[in-house]
Amino acid sequence: MARAFRRSKYLWLLFLPCLVYYLLFKYAPMFGLVITFKNYNVFKGIWASDWVGLKYYRMFFSNPDFWVLMKNTVLLGVYKLVFGFPAPIILALLMNEIKNAVFKKWVQTFSYLPHFISNVIVASMVIMFLSPTGGIVNKLITAFGGSPVNFMMEPGLFRPIYVISEIWQHIGWETIIYLAALTAVDPQLYEAAGIDGAGRWRKLWHVTLPGIAPTIMIVLILNIGKVLEIGFEKVFLMYNPAVYSTADIISTYVYRVGMEQGNFSYASAIDLFMGVISFIFIFSANYFSRRLGGTSLW
Amino acid sequence: MQSRISLFAIFNTLLMLLLAFVMLYPFVYMLAVSLSSDVYVMKGEVTLWPKGWNLRMYELVLGDPNIWTSYRNTIIYTVLGTAIAMLVTSMGAYALSRKDMTFHRGFTLMIVFTMFFGGGMIPTFLVVRSLGLVDTIWGMVLPGAVSTWNLILMRTFFSGIPKELEESGRIDGLNDIGIFFRIIVPLSKPVFATISLFYAVGIWNNFLYPLLYLRSQELFPLQVLLRNLVLAGSVSSGQVTQIGGDNLVVEDSLKYATIMVSTLPILIIYPFVQKYFVKGSMVGAVKG
Repeated sequence: MARAFRRSKYLWLLFLPCLVYYLLFKYAPMFGLVITFKNYNVFKGIWASDWVGLKYYRMFFSNPDFWVLMKNTVLLGVYKLVFGFPAPIILALLMNEIKNAVFKKWVQTFSYLPHFISNVIVASMVIMFLSPTGGIVNKLITAFGGSPVNFMMEPGLFRPIYVISEIWQHIGWETIIYLAALTAVDPQLYEAAGIDGAGRWRKLWHVTLPGIAPTIMIVLILNIGKVLEIGFEKVFLMYNPAVYSTADIISTYVYRVGMEQGNFSYASAIDLFMGVISFIFIFSANYFSRRLGGTSLW
Repeated sequence: MQSRISLFAIFNTLLMLLLAFVMLYPFVYMLAVSLSSDVYVMKGEVTLWPKGWNLRMYELVLGDPNIWTSYRNTIIYTVLGTAIAMLVTSMGAYALSRKDMTFHRGFTLMIVFTMFFGGGMIPTFLVVRSLGLVDTIWGMVLPGAVSTWNLILMRTFFSGIPKELEESGRIDGLNDIGIFFRIIVPLSKPVFATISLFYAVGIWNNFLYPLLYLRSQELFPLQVLLRNLVLAGSVSSGQVTQIGGDNLVVEDSLKYATIMVSTLPILIIYPFVQKYFVKGSMVGAVKG
């Protein structure tokens, strides 16, 4: 043991800051989850606070908001998956058909751009463009004789707006992996298919799609694993009390209960409940992707 | 048959032009509105090109000391945060790439586990607070010092470096730390460039950390200021009435100008560094 340590002591030294980081910022909070079984008291601290058992879990499950929050979280994730997953595949196939290399490069560069714009700016743009007073979308609607719509106040519109803005932000960036897979498809297969008299669509169906199918499968599985992991920032920035009925998800609820109302124990219990469910999701997704194609997160 | 193919090519080209337009137009529109005089904005005549060119909105935005403070803060957080993150991440990734490190496998598992499960927002906040980092520069810098994804990308890259190079360093009498800084780092400049850019953009755009960990106005980065100005709509009415004209229009133009001022650095740098980002995402795509 001592010898093994001495042998790699310099490597350990290199690793030390990283280890400290993970212990402090990743593992300490996991042990901090013990507050979900306690009545956290700021003055007593985590360890001296009184045990309350499963009180906060019962509180959450019996809360009428529980089903609304679950439904909102799941639906937002599922919509994002259903519409956001095929979009970059279609775009990559179209980009792949561009023959002019310079034009292709330009289109790619522009399509990656929104991926690097902050959520604050994207949310600001969405809210301002859709504003009933002076937003460009409503100007267009009134110009064509319609009456202005207060988009951000309509609970029924939050999910489409969120999903469309997500697609706008990330569609270009997500084509990269498919474009890489497309360059790996053997050109001889296209020639052979061409000799057999296959047209554009048959080549797409019989050569291109089977060629990139493994990549599609793996991205799909990983996306299914992440379906409950909806970025907190963007929903938080885009929603408002008028659309809580469709827009309020677990993470935003946790923020309001914990950080705004200071109910740390209750908020953490909700977070842990969600964390366990998404752990099961991601873990099984990874398991399947490893079984199927050998690619996984580890 | 020949004509059908070229018809598709035309259709596809048009579609791609439309895509580029959809990606770029929001920025063009905001720039145009913020540079136009309010009369034309109100009439809805500004669509692509500024009308009645004026820089008043930018004078107002840049005349606001808060913008400068938060700009400075964002730059400090980005530079300091990226430097610390790169140091910790690259050293850790190199150690993890070396199969002869004791507990190599255990540490790898310990790190990968955090990709699946975490303590969550509140317990992390409590830890950050008990470390005394709340409302300090370090609250912005340390909690995000390692991104597990970037760590694994770097580890994968380092594992691909031939072992012979390490051996040659060892023969020259270097220990592992010397090998890392003298041999590995100079060989890995592209991957360092890519990962630094990922970290830098992440910190520049981060809104969650300042929301959770910062309290005082003078520590706020650009993203928080932007949110307060644009979304919470706290444009000081004094500024608006001072210009006169239609309040709503002026307020919108002012917001667009603020957005442009804070996005311009990314828009300007982006074309030059874009290829590094793509390379980075490829490292992830081809890893085995």
